[in-house]
Amino acid sequence: MQLTLWSYEGPPHIGAMRIASSMDGVHLVLHAPQGDTYADLLFTMIERRGQRPPVSYTSFQARELGSDTAALVKNTIQETFDRFAPRVILIGESCTAELIQDQPGALALGMKLPIPVLALELPAYTRKENWGANETFYQLVRGLLKNRVPTPGTEQELRHGGNRPLANLLGATALGFRCRDDVVEVTRLLDSIGVGINVVAPLGATPEELLRLPAADFNICLYPEIADQTCDWLKRHFAQPVIKTVPIGIGATRDFIAEVGRVAGIEIGETAAPSSARLSWYSRSVDSTYLTGKRVFIFGDATHAVAAARIASEELGFTVVGLGTYAREFARDVREAAKRYDVEPLITDDYLEVEARVAEAHPELVLGTQMERHIAKRLGVPCAVISAPAHIQDFPARYAPQMGFEGANVIFDTWVHPLMMGLEEHLITMFREDFEFHEGAAPSHLGGSKTVQSDAKPAAVTDDPVASTAVGTDAAVLTWAADAELELKKIPFFVRGKARRNTERFAQERGILTITVETLYDAKAHFGR
Amino acid sequence: MTDTRKFGCDSASVIHERGQRQVFCGLAGIVWLHRKIQDAFFLVVGSRTCAHLLQSAAGVMIFAEPRFATAILQERDLAGMADCNQELDRVAAEVLDRRPDIKTLFLVASCPSEVIKLDLNKAAERLSAQYRGRVRVFDYSGSGLDTTFTQGEDTCLLSLVPELPQLPDSERSLLILGTLPDVVEDQFTRLFNELGIGPVHFLPPRQSTAFPPVGRGTSLLLAQPFLGETARALQKRGATLLTAPFPFGVEGTLGWLQAATDAWGISRARLDAVTAPAIARAQRGLERQREILAGKRITFLPDSQLEIPLARFLTRECGMELVEVATPFLEQQLLAPELALLPTGVRLTEGQNLEAQLNRVRAERPDLTVCGLGLANPLEAEGLRTKWSIELVFTPVHGFDQAADLAELFARPLVRSSLLRV
Repeated sequence: MQLTLWSYEGPPHIGAMRIASSMDGVHLVLHAPQGDTYADLLFTMIERRGQRPPVSYTSFQARELGSDTAALVKNTIQETFDRFAPRVILIGESCTAELIQDQPGALALGMKLPIPVLALELPAYTRKENWGANETFYQLVRGLLKNRVPTPGTEQELRHGGNRPLANLLGATALGFRCRDDVVEVTRLLDSIGVGINVVAPLGATPEELLRLPAADFNICLYPEIADQTCDWLKRHFAQPVIKTVPIGIGATRDFIAEVGRVAGIEIGETAAPSSARLSWYSRSVDSTYLTGKRVFIFGDATHAVAAARIASEELGFTVVGLGTYAREFARDVREAAKRYDVEPLITDDYLEVEARVAEAHPELVLGTQMERHIAKRLGVPCAVISAPAHIQDFPARYAPQMGFEGANVIFDTWVHPLMMGLEEHLITMFREDFEFHEGAAPSHLGGSKTVQSDAKPAAVTDDPVASTAVGTDAAVLTWAADAELELKKIPFFVRGKARRNTERFAQERGILTITVETLYDAKAHFGR
Repeated sequence: MTDTRKFGCDSASVIHERGQRQVFCGLAGIVWLHRKIQDAFFLVVGSRTCAHLLQSAAGVMIFAEPRFATAILQERDLAGMADCNQELDRVAAEVLDRRPDIKTLFLVASCPSEVIKLDLNKAAERLSAQYRGRVRVFDYSGSGLDTTFTQGEDTCLLSLVPELPQLPDSERSLLILGTLPDVVEDQFTRLFNELGIGPVHFLPPRQSTAFPPVGRGTSLLLAQPFLGETARALQKRGATLLTAPFPFGVEGTLGWLQAATDAWGISRARLDAVTAPAIARAQRGLERQREILAGKRITFLPDSQLEIPLARFLTRECGMELVEVATPFLEQQLLAPELALLPTGVRLTEGQNLEAQLNRVRAERPDLTVCGLGLANPLEAEGLRTKWSIELVFTPVHGFDQAADLAELFARPLVRSSLLRV
């Protein structure tokens, strides 16, 4: 058993639901107990959709376990076919149905329905949501196209033959982080360099459009977590090149444009960035100077985490002090990126481990998922969301892409907003005893003046919320002189945890047992800020 | 306003439906129980689906300190390679290590743990012995196989019954059963004090260490209709169940209080004198809402078992017309007083066949459909006004002083749709 306070991903059948809900004409029949329909709320509430997701549940109860659950499966499939007239049916099981082994896929295939029926294998106890979405999308594309695979060398006959290169945009889904607006932004971007869109999938696509995938000149893998398997398969069987750069951030967007240019054989002009790309100037303007070296901890899905690390370091001038992902399938990308920023990569889906690592790194800003908000609240650290899992507030009404040049504008505003503004930061450092503006108060531009206090360790918020882990076993003999402790309190709270840790490490390395004011300043000089 | 309708519903006329059900499982009860019992921790033993349900429901709030978690079953647990009891002990230790202030730990069974027949009852006994004096450990089932939404509170409270202290035979007390918002609890306490009824205890209590006593002198009054199992277990411990409608609206609250005054031998005149000011206030508040609601047609889809008492309130005190009242489960004995107050011939449905029911909603086009959040926005997009039902479990709606607020919950979607011009 794994103790899970917060889970970064749902079970794999949620991934299958995301694919079905993204599309039109595809229906998922899910063998699941009563209550698993909660998942509909993800789509109707968090994403605010005005239609029920195209999912039928067998919703069996205890009294049915003794009888014929298989008949229940067949009835549900037949009713779904009769009522919704889908053009493709997917069959899957939830975690409980997996245990009772009714083989709904085999049952469905035996019914000889006059439409494609795809049975999904979704191992609920070993795999998770993104894997389920990735696998479902792959099975769907493969199931529909496997009889149309051309003999090698004749792929060109399948292409559209127009005079503008065409791309497929693959990977955007329902419940994906900002997929709705990313698709719009990337479509505009491609149009500006003379590339058209053939099919966007799965988001908004029909089964018939999937049949048209081979007409594109190449595939753009916007979200590898969802579409890398499909892109690989299309590359192998239809010889379509894959664009692998994900255009999140100014630099990555430029690289993306360059890669598309190479693959599509287009000359890219010097001025690919429009005048509305403001991040570069905003980041260079002097009010951003105080952002330099701000310590940031980054966690999320691999794509967004790696992109965020590059933006943080190259485009905003932050220092990356932690980088990790919950997606084991994409751990390699994060490990490579972690090398670039000289940090220890964190590959885990254990929330408690992430919490411990954040506490240890003493960041001034956390860029993460909805789950890191819980951590940041507990530690009293500013936080912005960069990746799924997200909640309702990250499915906004306004245009809010992460990709392309407008995406970079959105990112600048979102990441800087939670930080205390420059003037306030200076004044709090200089004058520590103000009745209104003091370090226990939240940044004044964020309204509420309440301090976050964790009930487990009251008053531990601004200093060292989790017992100092960096000191090791000698912590017991290492003490702070009272005046040094007071002096430490004069260091701005958002870097104080780091200062405490550095000073203790400095003292240990030199065999100092009592930390004095002198030790504190010696350590400061040694490490520099 | 004289009501010329005939009242009294025969439970024999209830239609039973089976098929696809769009309801929560009992695990959803954790979302409000963790707030009511602040020193308790809820550990679900289940799959990633269970964890996902909980965080999808509650995760929009940001928790510095978690109050619930899931012990997610792994492949090793299912294959019998790991001893589930040892695993559970390890996870429980991890939880209690992180939250040393926890006084009560609930092990909550789920569909997967029920299917593999994991004995959480034994585990709770073992852990209780291990943490004696520090933490009490209980177990109950919130699985979708056994429980629908609010039944999760029933199974949770049922697990507490054996642990309640014994009320000495010479004493009597009033026990109010069912989660009530703190403000409502205080109002009822004041009313019972004024009536001279007491001592009054509540189950669940605000602190899980302050368990109410139960015995032969206990009179039991249900504040919620979904607590049949717990009520029967309390009766087995000697409590006397007072028969009453549920305290929604003026009529329900008065009938509910009267069950207690009758048991205590207090005169009707005294009851009227004590409740008059609150009733007058409630009537004034209800008048405004009645202008909006009177004559409007309403359908309830099954959700929480609150449907029948609420339909009774809306039709008798707000003048609404009942198209269909569906409930996931109908406790005949507990709801007899409510059924007697419903207009004769109302279509009552127990259970659900979702698609058939939606066909009826679309054909009948009620002015308001009370339904869950999985259906609310899709029905709104079809031009039907909805009231999402879960709010009725998360809002103070019991008692005289909440009668107008309760009516306002149903009036609000109608008012809103008349306000919006775009």
